[in-house]
Amino acid sequence: MLPVPPVVQFRGIMNSFISIQNLRKSYESHEAIRDISFEVEPSQLTVIIGPSGCGKSTLLRCLNGLEKFDSGTVRIGEVTLARNQGTPEREVNARLRRLREEVGMVFQSFNLFPHLTALENAMLAPVVVRKEDRVSVEKRARELLGKVGLRDRADYYPAQLSGGQQQRAAIARALTMEPKVMLYDEPTSALDPSLVGEVLAIMRKLDDEGMTQIIVTHEMRFAREVSDKVLVLHEGELIETGPPAQIFSAPRDERTRSFLKGAL
Amino acid sequence: MRLLAASFIFAASLFAATALAQSPPLRWGGDAEGGAPFLLPDPKNPREIIGFEIDLMNAVGRQLKRRSVFVQNQWDGLIPGLQRGNYDAAVNGIEITPDRREQVNFSIPYYVCGEQLSVRVEENGIQTLADLKGKVVGTLKASLAQRILERAGGMEIRSYENQNNAYDDLANGRLQAVLMDWPIAIYYSRPNPKLKFVGPSIERMEYGMAVRKEDGALLAEINEALRTLIRSGELRAIYEKWEIWNEETERLFAGMAAQPASSQVYADFTQNITKTLTWRERLRRYASYLPPLLLQGAPMTLAISVLSMALAVALGLMLALINLYAPAGFSWLARAYVEVMRGTPLLIQLYLIFYGLPNLGIRLSPLTAAVVGLGLNYAAYEAENYRAGIQAIPRGQMEAALSLGMTRVQALRHVIVPQAMRLVIPPVTNDFIALFKDSSIVSVITMVELTKIYGQLASTYYDYIGVGLLTAALYFLMGLPFVRLARWAERRLATDRRAE
Repeated sequence: MLPVPPVVQFRGIMNSFISIQNLRKSYESHEAIRDISFEVEPSQLTVIIGPSGCGKSTLLRCLNGLEKFDSGTVRIGEVTLARNQGTPEREVNARLRRLREEVGMVFQSFNLFPHLTALENAMLAPVVVRKEDRVSVEKRARELLGKVGLRDRADYYPAQLSGGQQQRAAIARALTMEPKVMLYDEPTSALDPSLVGEVLAIMRKLDDEGMTQIIVTHEMRFAREVSDKVLVLHEGELIETGPPAQIFSAPRDERTRSFLKGAL
Repeated sequence: MRLLAASFIFAASLFAATALAQSPPLRWGGDAEGGAPFLLPDPKNPREIIGFEIDLMNAVGRQLKRRSVFVQNQWDGLIPGLQRGNYDAAVNGIEITPDRREQVNFSIPYYVCGEQLSVRVEENGIQTLADLKGKVVGTLKASLAQRILERAGGMEIRSYENQNNAYDDLANGRLQAVLMDWPIAIYYSRPNPKLKFVGPSIERMEYGMAVRKEDGALLAEINEALRTLIRSGELRAIYEKWEIWNEETERLFAGMAAQPASSQVYADFTQNITKTLTWRERLRRYASYLPPLLLQGAPMTLAISVLSMALAVALGLMLALINLYAPAGFSWLARAYVEVMRGTPLLIQLYLIFYGLPNLGIRLSPLTAAVVGLGLNYAAYEAENYRAGIQAIPRGQMEAALSLGMTRVQALRHVIVPQAMRLVIPPVTNDFIALFKDSSIVSVITMVELTKIYGQLASTYYDYIGVGLLTAALYFLMGLPFVRLARWAERRLATDRRAE
C-alpha cells in the first residue's frame, strides 16, 4: 500500500502535550512501525531506545512529517496529523509547515547548510519562513549560539567546526525557530566519543530550562540519568514504557533485558 | 616471395594496359549546393547533378576525348581542393581575379555577366547602387557583389551562404535589396512574383576554369577545346538551353582574341595583394587583419556568447527544477525538451529559427536569432548539469530545511540551489567555453562574428593558415579570462572545503 500524506487537523480537547495513537507504517513488505501509542507531558525528556533497525528513527521522523505514516494520529500541541485521503495537498503542506514551526529537529549527520556560516544557518529559517527582521533574528541567533558555547564560532563555516561544534550549531539553528518540542535523531552517533559529552550537556541544559524533548539515542547512561521516560522499541513494536529507574533496573520484557545487556 | 613479385608485375602490367586503352577521366570540382543554373541536383532525379557547367564540361570532355567526372566540393574550398589534387580543374562560376591567378591558372573565360540588383515589387526608391545608402542589402558570401557593395559603402551588408535565403529575406522584408550574379538572379529572383529586377547589370566578371599552375598542357587543351566550342556555336547553344545567353558573353565570344581584362573593382581591390610579400610586409598584413577581427568580430562573438549563456543558465536551471520537482506531466516535458535539443544538430535549429520562423510570422534579427538559438540549445546541457548538481546535494539538506518549516520552494531557493550552483561551476564553465567556440556557427545566419571575419579575410587573401592561427589565438585568449574567473569563483565559493 502506498503511504498517503498525513493530514493536519485541529482538536479542542487535549489530554497530554504530545499524543501518538495507533501509529503504523510499512515499507513494501516490511512493517516498520506496529501500532505504537504513547504520550508525552510538557517539559519531559523522553528517550527512545532499542536495537538498530527497530524503527526508532522512523518513529521520530513521523512526528514532524518527514516520514509519511499509513494510519494512526500524531498530535503535538494543537496540531494533529492523521491519515486522510480527501485533503488537498496544498492544505496538507500548509498544516505540515505549521507543525514543523513548533517542532525542532536535530539529525545524526547534523545537516548544517555548508554554504552558510553557523550564524547564517541559525538565521535562515526565521528570516525566510517567518519573514522576521534580520537585526532581531541575528541578536537571537547570537544569543543561542552563545548558549550552546559557540559565541566565538558564529562566523565559521560548518567545515571549519568540529563534529561536536557542528551538532551544537545545529541545535542552535533549531532553537532560533523557538520550537515547543525538540526531536533528536541519534544526535551523538556520528561524533568522536570525546565530543559526545558537550552535546549531551546542551540537552541536559535545555531539560533544566523546561524544553520538551524526544531523543533517539544509544547513550544509555544519559538516558538513565536524565530522562523522565524511556520507550523501548523492538522490531517496530513498543515493547516497554516506563521511568528510567524501572526500565534499567527492572525491565519487564525479556527482549528489553537482552537488549540492555548487550548495550550496557 | 617470388609468387608475390610475379603477381605484382602482372597487376602492374594489367593496369598499364587498361590506362593506355582508355585515357583517364577529366575530373573537375564544383559545388552542387551552389544551385541553378550552375550545378544543382536534378529536380526530377535528385541523385543526378545537372547544370550548364555539367553540359559545358561534357562538351569539353568530348573535345579532349576524356570522360567528364564531376567531383562535389564545398565552393569555398574549390581552389584548395584543386591544389590538393582532388580533381584536375575547378569549374563553378569562379571569377577570374588577379589574386586567384596567383594560386592557379585560368582558362580563357567561358562566360561573362554582371551583378543584378533585385528589390521587392512595391519598392520604387532603388534604381542604382547609389540608392542603397542606409539600406539593408543581401548578397552571397565572399562574392564579387559583396566587394562591390563594400566599395560603394554606406549600407548594411548581410552576406549569405545560399541565394534562396537571401531572396526569401528580401521577400519577407528583412532585406531591402539583393545584389547577385546575373544568372543566379535569373533563376532565383526573377521567378518570384514578389521581386523585380532594377537597373542594368553592374560591373562585369568573367568565369574561368581553374587548373593547377603545373598543368600547362591541360590548360592548353582546355583552351583549345573552349575555342572550338565557341566557334562551333555549341557553347552558345548550351547557354541558350539554360536561358543565360547574354550580350556580354556575345561580345566576349566575338572578340575572343583579346586578353581578358580585369574590371576596375578587381584592380582596386587587388592592387596591394598581388605581389610577393617580404616578411615585413607579411607582418604588416597580419597586423591589418587585427582591426576587423578585434573591433568587429571579437566583440560580437563575446556578446553572442555571454547573452546566450545567460539565457542557457536561466532556462537550464528552470528545466532542471521542473524535471526534478514539478508534477509528472511537466517534468516529462522538461525531459523531452532536453532530449530533443541535445539530440538534434544546432545548425538545423538555427536554420529553423532564422529561416523557418518567418513563415509563421516571427521574424527575429540575426543577433536575436543567434542568442535564442544558442541559448535554447545550451539550456538542454545546462539543465542536465543542474539536475546532476541538485541530485548530488545530500537528502539531509532538504530534510533539514523542511524541518525548519520551509516550503519546498524556499528550501530549493535558499539551501539546495545555492549549493548546486557551486558544484556545477566546472561543468558550466566547460560548456561556456564550448559555446564560445560554437558561436562561430551563427555565421550561417548572416551574423558577422569572429569566424565570419576569418572566412572573409582568409578567402580574400587565400591565407587560411595565417588568419586561421590568428583567429584561433583570439578565441583562446578571449576564453582565458572566463576560465580564470570560474576558478576564482570555485575557490571563493567552496566553503565546504575551506577547512581542508
